[in-house]
Amino acid sequence: MSALSLRGVGRRVALPGGGHLDILTGVDLDVASGEHVAVVGRSGSGKSTLLNIVGLLDRPTSGQYLLDGRPTAELSARRTARLRGATFGFVFQQFNLLPGRTATENVAAPLLYGSPGEFLARRATARAVLERVGLGERLDALPEKLSGGEQQRVALARSLVRRPRVLLADEPTGALDVDTGAAVMDVLEELVREDGTTLVTITHDLSVAARADRQFRLDHGVLSELRPGSVADLTAHRETV
Amino acid sequence: MSVLLRPLVSVAAALVEAWGEVRVHRARVVLSLVGVFLAVFAMTTITAVGGMGRQLLGESFERSSGRPATLQVNAYPDGAVTAGSTERVVAVLREAAERHDVRWSGLVSGGSAPVVVRFAAGAQTVQLTGVDAAYGVMHRVAPESGRWFTAADEEAFSPRLVVNGAFAERVGFDGSAPATVVLGGERPVRATVVGVVSPPYSDPAVPSGFVLNSAAAAWGLVDPAWSGPPSLELWVPEADAEALTALLQSEVQAALPGTSVSVWRADAGGELGVLDLVLAYGVRGVGVFALLLGGIGVLNVGLVTVRQRIREIGVRRSFGATSGRVFCAVLLESVAATAAAGALAVALSVALVSNAPLELLLPAGLTLTDVPAYPVAAAVEGFLAATAVGALAGLVPAVVAVRAQVVDAIRY
Repeated sequence: MSALSLRGVGRRVALPGGGHLDILTGVDLDVASGEHVAVVGRSGSGKSTLLNIVGLLDRPTSGQYLLDGRPTAELSARRTARLRGATFGFVFQQFNLLPGRTATENVAAPLLYGSPGEFLARRATARAVLERVGLGERLDALPEKLSGGEQQRVALARSLVRRPRVLLADEPTGALDVDTGAAVMDVLEELVREDGTTLVTITHDLSVAARADRQFRLDHGVLSELRPGSVADLTAHRETV
Repeated sequence: MSVLLRPLVSVAAALVEAWGEVRVHRARVVLSLVGVFLAVFAMTTITAVGGMGRQLLGESFERSSGRPATLQVNAYPDGAVTAGSTERVVAVLREAAERHDVRWSGLVSGGSAPVVVRFAAGAQTVQLTGVDAAYGVMHRVAPESGRWFTAADEEAFSPRLVVNGAFAERVGFDGSAPATVVLGGERPVRATVVGVVSPPYSDPAVPSGFVLNSAAAAWGLVDPAWSGPPSLELWVPEADAEALTALLQSEVQAALPGTSVSVWRADAGGELGVLDLVLAYGVRGVGVFALLLGGIGVLNVGLVTVRQRIREIGVRRSFGATSGRVFCAVLLESVAATAAAGALAVALSVALVSNAPLELLLPAGLTLTDVPAYPVAAAVEGFLAATAVGALAGLVPAVVAVRAQVVDAIRY
């Protein structure tokens, strides 16, 4: 059974002047537990919308989304929020660290919405995860005192602190230079491999996409799978991405 | 266990989150709370000082007119006042007090009787007021030195006197050792001064004092033909005052035919009631208005801040924060901030009012027997008002935060 399963998923939005826009059309996607998939596509192709739907931040207007084989359409807003927090971790391109909070406080923040045990042990848990991403010396540093790579590693630690089954990374290296981005991806892949976490990466960077088990291309809201491990395909798409 | 624990932890987590926001944005929070702080400080301080002023005024009234509710019964013979008619009035009044089982009651001579006092510097006529020992409690008498009359003084073999400062000075009484003085009259008697007070409505430079009714009668110190029959004072529960007034009027009048009887409430309950109204509505009204103005400041800053924090709110939604949790967090930020401002304002008010040298602030000659503690009600009221203003001011930003679309919030 797939961890994530999208069947004919579409997302349509109404336009202010009347009419509508189809951002996603008939998307089919199955992601197995522990698998790493990457989605590439042009800006505006619907990548972030797809990630938002997968992460239960948004709902499809058509089709069906199954999480661990269970449909998500009928979930209440409250249940959806709880399921989102317990199942998914998010890594954003701009890190989105909470300003004014230390690295430890940032990483502990998701635990405020967790179980009583998670809440009570939040500081110790946050410190342990920061140690895992190599920031054991920067526990009390504020985001503005950290480099870009360090900030993204804090964001990475934060996304993993509740031990999510699925990690959703939206352009995780988009705001980093090539070397730093590669280093962050190394840490990211190592952690998800250790924990058996499913990883869905959205990226412009073909070298980042090449690290995935499978690659998909999203073009005008339509998702298609690229041939497995085909560097040639990736290179062929370099000009279009 | 976890069923009970989860809601508690949710509340604790929401508070931690709210306090974290207040801490991080403390400069903004402090600036937005200046109005609330000043309003609560002013409201609680004025209420507290007003309460003390009320106590001061109340004590002043009680020294002269008795505590609430004090009933005064006057019975004056229609014809000439004689020793016999006075004895009859005294007997009826005492019987009335005993019949109604009033714990605190006593007779007060109708007027201050002139008594010759043989001071070392020469004899002088002094006004003495005949009272029962209960007068001290009923009129909140606070001796400046020595003591007020006790029940034992009723059995003493010589009159006991409580005098004013001018009298005490003439006999050399300072409270450390007893002083005696001979009182003139048909049967001169050596009286003992036991205390010094400041009687209301009397010239402090002219010697005057109090003597027990029993001693005045035993040694013929007060001439009833001169001062008239005494009045009866009864300290009764306020709830019973009206009914007792009517009852005493009819009973005493029936027992004393040929006598003009009048019963009325002598204390200043009504006048203090006006002061209470001013404190209750005037001071609070101004305070609530000031608090509302402070609340508008908090609301404005809260709205601006929430719009600036849309992305952060979106990130928290990605952590699994429900709409209710976001609402509570934003609301609690406002509540926590104003509650902290309220607590600080109340603490400052308590420190200021409790340590203020009140005796220096009082007009000359006024004393406060029972210095009131800082009124807890004023402190609680100020704190709750600040918290309520925070809740009101936090409602709109909380609604704005909940209405923010998660996807747009993250992308914003």
